[in-house]
Amino acid sequence: MTSGVNRWGMSDSTPSAVPPAEPDAASAVVAVAAPQPSIAALCLAFAGVSITSFGGVLAWARRMLVENKGWMTAQEFNDLLALCQFLPGPNIVNLCAVFGARMRGIPGALACLVGLLGPVVLMIAAGAAYRRFGALPEMHGMLSGLAAAAAGAVIAAAVKMAEPLVRVRLGPQHAVALATFVAVGLLRLSLPLVLLVIVPVSIGLAWRRADEK
Amino acid sequence: MRSDPATLAALFLQFAVLSLFAIGGGGSAVPEMHRQSVEIAQLLTDRQFSELFAIAQAAPGPNIMFVALLGHFIAGAPGAAVATVAMCGPSCVLACAVSQVVERFRKARWRMAIQAGLVPVTIGLIAASALIIARGADRNWASFAITATTFAAVYGTRLSPRVVFACAALAGLVGFV
Repeated sequence: MTSGVNRWGMSDSTPSAVPPAEPDAASAVVAVAAPQPSIAALCLAFAGVSITSFGGVLAWARRMLVENKGWMTAQEFNDLLALCQFLPGPNIVNLCAVFGARMRGIPGALACLVGLLGPVVLMIAAGAAYRRFGALPEMHGMLSGLAAAAAGAVIAAAVKMAEPLVRVRLGPQHAVALATFVAVGLLRLSLPLVLLVIVPVSIGLAWRRADEK
Repeated sequence: MRSDPATLAALFLQFAVLSLFAIGGGGSAVPEMHRQSVEIAQLLTDRQFSELFAIAQAAPGPNIMFVALLGHFIAGAPGAAVATVAMCGPSCVLACAVSQVVERFRKARWRMAIQAGLVPVTIGLIAASALIIARGADRNWASFAITATTFAAVYGTRLSPRVVFACAALAGLVGFV
């Protein structure tokens, strides 16, 4: 499930959407030639990506790993991304940890995470500013505009993700998506509870679909 | 805002569970974050939730940094750190532990059935997130107009989201909303 939009509603299409698997001979050569990065290099590289990328880190992480540093081939990146989308949790964070672990073991994973999550310091500053000034009338308009834009971006993400469903015949997948939306979005039931029921059902249906093919 | 050990422990537990239930990505957990912090604990309002979400989107760094803002709002700087570690830790440990095995069975039927089964659930969850953020953000025709314009720009063009966000913030600043 490699959509061009990440789960937060921000388009990952800058600078370029994560492309489908492509032969990438140039970066493959670089990947072989590149020496294994040091712990410090890993941390700095992810810190650089994190602090300079607005609106979705994924595309910028790809550019750094594949094009600039040559630490992975395009194919390796796509495979790892697919894996991280398969597993629970924030995709880019998982990707960064698994990559770091493959390079330098647990210290490598921690170094990458520290770099990627460095902006938490910035968030603490932003959070403090919000608590202090967020309710001021001068801020009211700006925050309202920003929040309305964020809503539009998440709706766009949801629609882009739903597109593949529009193309297939109405079936159990549509029922599962709708049931999840109603249970979590409208009825406001507990997420873990809903997932414990609906995920096994959905996987069972997918298993049977595979039978029919 | 309380950052006593009990609050921090509860915060940790809440996000650690979400880390493992955020299927498809961090955005899937937004409805549950809203349910727990706005509806049940009433620590912040609908509007504040949407505004913090928007700040995280507009700021540099991964968008999951929203949990740091939420944690900060609930329990100060320690809350930001605890929420971030709890949201990222469990899923990272899991990912590192099972990545080799899961990768080896990439073409196995069970792996593909799980993957296919998770897709529609993720779609339902992101749609629910969209509803919740929009509900907190859209209160008048002007904010609806910004939401619709952003949707069109993000969905229909390759314009950088940061341009769209800057325009929306500017529109709000000059009194459009």
